[in-house]
Amino acid sequence: MNVVYLDNNATTRIAPEVLDAMMPYLTGDYGNPSSMHSFGGRVAPVVEEARGHAARLIGASPDEIIFTSCGTESDNTAIRSALAVNPDKRHIVTSRVEHPAVRELCLFLARNDYRVTEVPVDSKGRLDMDAYRESLTDDTALVTLMWANNETGVIFPVEEAAGIARERGIPVHTDAVQAVGKVPMDADSSGVDMLSLSGHKLHAPKGIGVLYVRKGTRFAPFLIGGHQESERRAGTENVPYIAGLGKACELALEHLPDMNGRVRRLRDKLEQEITARIPHVKINGDTENRLPNTANISFEYVEGESILLMMNEYGICASSGSACTSGSLQPSHVMLAMGVPFTMAHGSIRFSLSIYSEEAEIDFVVDKLVDIITTLRAMSPFWNNDSRPAAGR
Amino acid sequence: MWDYTDKVRDHFLHPRNVGDLENPDGMAEVGSMACGDALRFTFKLDETGRIGDARFKTFGCASAIASASALTEMVKGLTVEEAEKITNRDIAAYLGGLPDAKMHCSVMGRQALEAAIANYRGAPAETAALVCECFNVTGREIEQAVSENNLTTVEEVTNFTKAGGGCGTCHEIIRGIIDRVRSENEVTE
Repeated sequence: MNVVYLDNNATTRIAPEVLDAMMPYLTGDYGNPSSMHSFGGRVAPVVEEARGHAARLIGASPDEIIFTSCGTESDNTAIRSALAVNPDKRHIVTSRVEHPAVRELCLFLARNDYRVTEVPVDSKGRLDMDAYRESLTDDTALVTLMWANNETGVIFPVEEAAGIARERGIPVHTDAVQAVGKVPMDADSSGVDMLSLSGHKLHAPKGIGVLYVRKGTRFAPFLIGGHQESERRAGTENVPYIAGLGKACELALEHLPDMNGRVRRLRDKLEQEITARIPHVKINGDTENRLPNTANISFEYVEGESILLMMNEYGICASSGSACTSGSLQPSHVMLAMGVPFTMAHGSIRFSLSIYSEEAEIDFVVDKLVDIITTLRAMSPFWNNDSRPAAGR
Repeated sequence: MWDYTDKVRDHFLHPRNVGDLENPDGMAEVGSMACGDALRFTFKLDETGRIGDARFKTFGCASAIASASALTEMVKGLTVEEAEKITNRDIAAYLGGLPDAKMHCSVMGRQALEAAIANYRGAPAETAALVCECFNVTGREIEQAVSENNLTTVEEVTNFTKAGGGCGTCHEIIRGIIDRVRSENEVTE
């Protein structure tokens, strides 16, 4: 069975060019870039070339790029660093819809003598800028806001938020894991001090990430040990993965127009066809200001896990914000923060495309979804057989 | 990823006995759309006094659908007294087991069976179809209030029944009830 992979916000396929770029360092060229012999030393330029590609993709200087093991490490490093260099300040400002890599750490810190303000979002997932402004205090050590949301694709006005924080001398971190490679980005002019990205969201393998740290930002390393990454992240460089990430960043920059043109049109087509052919569906999130690859759609009167499992029978991969897939009895915190009614949140499905997505796949998914939703609604006590919701429940 | 047995997958992808029986001898509705799973279960006795047919409709995840499907198969041919002995563990066992986090699906099946048998013995059918979980208000109560007091907005329904006055997640369902009751009243007028 062919796989139709529309779950690219979860992870992406490794681009063949990326694998090619990695192979020499997984095989014969296994040297350590810190070694004094040329067998090792000759791989050091590979790391620096990759650093250059990562810097170009996000609009930074190479010396502002630190390689890490993943997005979560980047987020943890950034947040803990900001607190470590400012030990007197005990307040963190974040949003209600952050990825667990930020959210769970903030909740952990909230149990450990920090105050955390989670700025709310509106029903379209847009950050409440008035509440954000009011949340900043003289005690605020850090603002950490995601660039784009993983579930809805909604883009936060991170640059504007950073400007407001900087006026008050508050450092700003952004989890840009979902945004990098999908929308143009210029870290330099963005006003953020630290930015996290993850390789496996942009066709590099899992296990490699980047933390951007603006020049001049006070920084406390997370991993202590060797002198790698200019003493900012100890541990022998993961040369093959760094080489792969570099190639992935180079490709992502090339593919930005395709992502924001063809892929966006495919995403729009998916949404248009679904809303035209299936009644009682709703697009979640701010459709005006969203990643080009992400669609979050609620199918009323049916439950998300059932939809996913039926799609799975056709090889279609997506994800859901329903309670059954979140491992708790509540729908995802993002859907709850947006005030999406439980009845809608339980049937929410996220489709996330990539530059490898094709129109025939979108047509296939829409056709199958029409059948799947019809089948599940026929089984639902909330749905009448005459294609109407059954009121009274 | 889902940790389901082949039997669960089979009953999810090919559910048995989907639907509603007309003039059932016992019927029950448990759960709600807001809490993520709901089940309507009906059964009918044959001339020998055994359960001749049983049907279900489920809103929920794969294991909720499979549990309901399994339940309808399990009760067929049993007397009510025999069916009454079925536990949620029996339903899970019939399916070759359920993941721990999904055991509540078998519990929902057991609850529906119990309520349907109670209904067969004379209890009102609207046992547990709550619309508003915050204030424990059933769809029947809201329908009655809307119909008898000619209510037109969710706010009015909240005022009359308290339904919708808490978390607010049931507002859309209440709106649906208002629309339906009003359109039905128009037809009868």
